[in-house]
Amino acid sequence: MKLQHTMTAVTVLAATLALIATGPRAEPAQDDQLVINGEEEVPTQAPAPAHLDGALGDTIYSGWLFRDPDTRAMQKDDFDNPMFLFVDAGIETWNTPDGTEGKSCADCHNAIEDSMKGVRAALPKVTEKGELWSLENFVNDCRTNRMGAEAWGWNSQEMKNMTAAIGLQSRGMPVAVAIDGEAAPFWEKGKEMYYTRYGQLEMSCANCHEDNYGNYIRSDHLSQGQINGFPLYRLKDQGAVSTHQRFVGCVRDTRGVPFEAGSQEFRELELYVASRGLGLPVETPAVRH
Amino acid sequence: MAENVKPRVRVPKTATKDEVITIKTLISHPMESGQRKDKDGNLIPRSIINRFTAEFNGQMVLDTTLEPAISTNPYLEFDAKVPETGEFKFTWYDDDGSVYEDAQKVEVS
Repeated sequence: MKLQHTMTAVTVLAATLALIATGPRAEPAQDDQLVINGEEEVPTQAPAPAHLDGALGDTIYSGWLFRDPDTRAMQKDDFDNPMFLFVDAGIETWNTPDGTEGKSCADCHNAIEDSMKGVRAALPKVTEKGELWSLENFVNDCRTNRMGAEAWGWNSQEMKNMTAAIGLQSRGMPVAVAIDGEAAPFWEKGKEMYYTRYGQLEMSCANCHEDNYGNYIRSDHLSQGQINGFPLYRLKDQGAVSTHQRFVGCVRDTRGVPFEAGSQEFRELELYVASRGLGLPVETPAVRH
Repeated sequence: MAENVKPRVRVPKTATKDEVITIKTLISHPMESGQRKDKDGNLIPRSIINRFTAEFNGQMVLDTTLEPAISTNPYLEFDAKVPETGEFKFTWYDDDGSVYEDAQKVEVS
């Protein structure tokens, strides 16, 4: 009985996969280049990192190449990119004192353009205490321990404003997270999670973003699931979306119960997914569907 | 009183004589319609940008009325023919009496 049940499930799954595989395959746009404000060229392809061992072929592609021409155009001009309202708000917060110490970010870190350059590209990373931290952890650490201010929620608007403003300072710089040494155990866990099937639909990240990128899942054009553009403006949500928010959405779409945004699991996954985009320039703040 | 209101404009820095250029403007503003109610059922008073104007070298080239149905952060884009070097001056009028201004020069060769 149980065997029969499993057999049916396998048949259904096989049929579904066959359907996906025979659907229309639309390659990432090859004839478009991301030139921001008409002057700053940001490459949207890079040679695949060695650790992938050919899992994504020779080349990794930014999610930008998988989106519609109109959406791609929005990201080409900072004036048309709605994220810049949030970036402006983040920079204002950077310069505004908060908390019991009466300090602003700028009091310690000075100009965001100088001190935060390259920060986004190397995160998440392992701290001196041996913990794996994302950018949000560092922001809240400053707020609670140095400023005497309240921690922001992981997906709060204030947090996304700030991570967008900080992330922008790394735009164009290649993703350069460390995956060896102290980071290796976290990276391994993240990798295991990437290939683990979740939810009632029993789908792993790899089922869509490795096996089927370029294909359509219903009307969605599957990308390689690169996170080099986060936090980004998602047209569907009419607002800013963080990396972990997207992870929550993906796990939910498998009809699973997602981990919390900011959880250890998602930080490990963030490290691993970031490492799949090693060498791809940071696009923060990107625009996606 | 609307908070964090910030106008932004994008005007090409250079143009040729009588060229038609595209001007983009955006102002961050909540555009509270006056139709919504708060948690206690009281009407939230209307607070919108009700007028936007563009002047070129002191001459009015665009004068618009904005209505409550216009969404948050109104974005206005228009084309203009520039006969000479000069300065565009943009003005937004808020319901609360505030006036926000921005200006940008265009060099005509």
